[in-house]
Amino acid sequence: MEHIGFGALSYDFAHLLGGVMLLLSFALLSQRRIAATIDTYALQALTLSIAACWQGYVQNEPSLYLTGAIAFAAKAVIIPLMLRRIVRRLHLSATMEPALGIFASMALGVALVALSIMVVLPTTIQAQALTREDLALALSVVLLGLLMMITRRTAFTQVIGFMSLENGLILAAVGVAGMPLVVELSVAVLVLVGVVVFRIFLRRMNVQFHSLDTAHFDRVGSTHR
Amino acid sequence: MSDLVLSAALPGLTCVMAMLTAAVPVTFAIGARLTFASSFVLCAAGAVIDLTALIGGAFPASITLPLGLAGQSTVLSLDGVSAVFLLLVLLSGAAASLAARDDHGHPMATAAALPGFIAAMMLTLLAADAFALVAGFEAMSLASFILVVTNHRDDSVQAAGRLYIGMAAWSGLCLIAAVALLAPHGAGFAAMRAAPPEIWRASVILALALLGPGSKAGLVPLHIWLPAAHASAPAPVSALMSGAMTKVALYVLIRLVFDLAGPAQPSWWGVPFIMLGAMSAVLGALRANMETDIKTILACSTIENVGLITVGLGIALAARGADVPPLAGLAMGAALLHVLAHGGFKTLMFLAAGAVQYGAGSRALQRLGGLIHRMPITAGVMLLAAASLAGLPPSAGFASEWMLFQSVLGAVRLGGLAFQVMACVLAALMALATALAAAAAVRLIGVVLLGRPRSPGAAEAHEAGPPLRWAMLLGGLGVVLVGLFPGIVLSLTRAATSTLVHTTMSDRAGLFGITTASEAPGYAPLFILALLVGAALLIGTIMRARAVQGHRAAPLWGCGFDASPEWQPHGDPLAQYGGSSFAQPLRRVLGHSLLAARESVDMPSPGETRAAQLSISLQDPTQTFLFSPVGTVREFLSGLTDRLHFLPVRQVLTLMAAVLIGLLLYIAVVEQL
Repeated sequence: MEHIGFGALSYDFAHLLGGVMLLLSFALLSQRRIAATIDTYALQALTLSIAACWQGYVQNEPSLYLTGAIAFAAKAVIIPLMLRRIVRRLHLSATMEPALGIFASMALGVALVALSIMVVLPTTIQAQALTREDLALALSVVLLGLLMMITRRTAFTQVIGFMSLENGLILAAVGVAGMPLVVELSVAVLVLVGVVVFRIFLRRMNVQFHSLDTAHFDRVGSTHR
Repeated sequence: MSDLVLSAALPGLTCVMAMLTAAVPVTFAIGARLTFASSFVLCAAGAVIDLTALIGGAFPASITLPLGLAGQSTVLSLDGVSAVFLLLVLLSGAAASLAARDDHGHPMATAAALPGFIAAMMLTLLAADAFALVAGFEAMSLASFILVVTNHRDDSVQAAGRLYIGMAAWSGLCLIAAVALLAPHGAGFAAMRAAPPEIWRASVILALALLGPGSKAGLVPLHIWLPAAHASAPAPVSALMSGAMTKVALYVLIRLVFDLAGPAQPSWWGVPFIMLGAMSAVLGALRANMETDIKTILACSTIENVGLITVGLGIALAARGADVPPLAGLAMGAALLHVLAHGGFKTLMFLAAGAVQYGAGSRALQRLGGLIHRMPITAGVMLLAAASLAGLPPSAGFASEWMLFQSVLGAVRLGGLAFQVMACVLAALMALATALAAAAAVRLIGVVLLGRPRSPGAAEAHEAGPPLRWAMLLGGLGVVLVGLFPGIVLSLTRAATSTLVHTTMSDRAGLFGITTASEAPGYAPLFILALLVGAALLIGTIMRARAVQGHRAAPLWGCGFDASPEWQPHGDPLAQYGGSSFAQPLRRVLGHSLLAARESVDMPSPGETRAAQLSISLQDPTQTFLFSPVGTVREFLSGLTDRLHFLPVRQVLTLMAAVLIGLLLYIAVVEQL
């Protein structure tokens, strides 16, 4: 294998893909329109599948091609299609109101990226440079997904935040050599099943409350006290 | 006395213990009455063996039993200290077993647990290794818990039982911790003595001993279980718990602090003993004046007496540290004599309280009265024990309290100005405590025995059955003997005193009395008794001679009330001066601040026909300042947890994210440093 570091193609391209995913995470965080959110998510999943294939090429690991293919099929194609169907079926409004202002969530996101770099870089000094940068980017994507989950009001966008978080996890997994294929497969299946469950759940919720605002659950919970 | 008899003492006592333990499962085959009878015989035999050993003085003896933890044997040993306490436990156990034969429908569980309780106390006293000590102590707690919840269908008994088992677990934990700190080189007492702890470890042991076994003995601030538990248990059990079990706890305290922690401890070690003891004495005596249940009154008096004993122990410890042997011997002798005296008269008092409860059908002061006419033997025994409780000469209580006061006055010499001021305050507090105890005794006797019956049950009271009567009479004889011959009893504690403070009272205690120093004037109970009898005869003769001959009938003064109805020719007996009335001045002067005593009057408005009501509330300072705040904190924490359980969805997510980010921040900061 060639030398890995700044200037090496394998490193730079992997870095670029990770950076694109992070950028798309920020785009998700700032997006107000539902359709655009789903598109951004599909784009992020596409980037992830390219990143997985690239890692398969760099690490000479054919199973990573499979990972990339699954990511593409499930996350970039099937899940966005299902999400669009949900939007059509439930007649969701085109825009949604974030619980936290766009500027505040962007500022928080930048702080989280800084935090993940400050955590990952010093703790992984022994590891390869590629792994370290990749891990920092992946952790940032995970944290931004988490941030999206807590700054949005509706269950729908929380689901998208969760799946973006999961993209970050897969990015971290493909960056590290030697991750067993079966783990990735099971994670992928899990996410698919999760989306189906979410779909049913969202439909029930819409029937019950005529809204996807999770604040409705709080009232239900409070009756149990 | 042959050496053979003496060398057989410890095996004999071990046999008694084993047979008492064996009585536990056998009870269900032979029945309750036979169990109590065999328990009485075993305790009496054990007491004789123990007394022989005490007189012969063949100490220390030890035997090794092939029982216990895997790969280890249990060591039992009999020395002067354990023999003194063992005598008390066995005599008290014999009296309680005999009294328990007076059948009042005790369930079989009580019959089974009582011999086990006595055996557990014996194991605690005979133990010479850490495991046996802890096992005995815990078995004692467990057996007494079973006995306390005998009448478990009563809610107040259940509450008392819960509090009791909680506090027992606490004191067991403290004891285990203290023993573990003492035993880095081996669990045997010999190994512990060979390697005494250094000062910091020793101080932790002191604190643990005062909090654990101290709480079991009824020392402030963890005395709160004691009144409730003693009031809930059947009378023979309360007698045993108050007379013997609190003393066994004191024994463990003494064993840990005086013996196992090494002889070279500083003088200030006595100070916590003295402070806690004085606080217990005052608080217990004051509460004894406020309570309205006779067994609770006696239990509070137990707190007072345990406090007095602890003060004696504290002075002995301080004097030993300051190297003043005569004072150490005097204080230790006083403490041990009071252990025996209080063990005797409090056992007696609780048995008499049981006789009152069964005979008159109530323990509440406001339902008793005039029992001296219907229960003469119980009343006589109660008077005898109350004289000791009040510390009147020539009773058993007076001899030990006199010695205790002498040692408190002598304690002024032990330290600098601070210690002297403390000793003066201590003397004042002890005077207050004993005066309050005397008032409590007067109140108890006056309300229960004198006056007119306050309820039909008291009016129709019947005397105790023969077993209980015999138990009280024999116990009374013992208490009288202790009172009249304190010097002889002190000579029994010779070996104990020399083990604990390396000096004895043998040059100052004799057949006719005790002195504080070999040439000083002392206390001679026989002469005091002769003086009192002489004075009483003289006054009686004079009164008889000068009395007006004959009598005439006159109308009763109705105290300002209307003429009495025919069926109550002497007015309503509840209008008599009663327990609460007697307590009122003390309650207003001291109870308001110390016991948070509050009176509230519920006065009906004009035109209403209901009666006005005066209600009184008391709260123990431990409840106010320790248990209630702890309960509040617990409530607050559980409320917080409850709120976590019902957080809104987004807040749960935010919380998780915040925890994750917090951890990452921590890592980042740690990595930067």
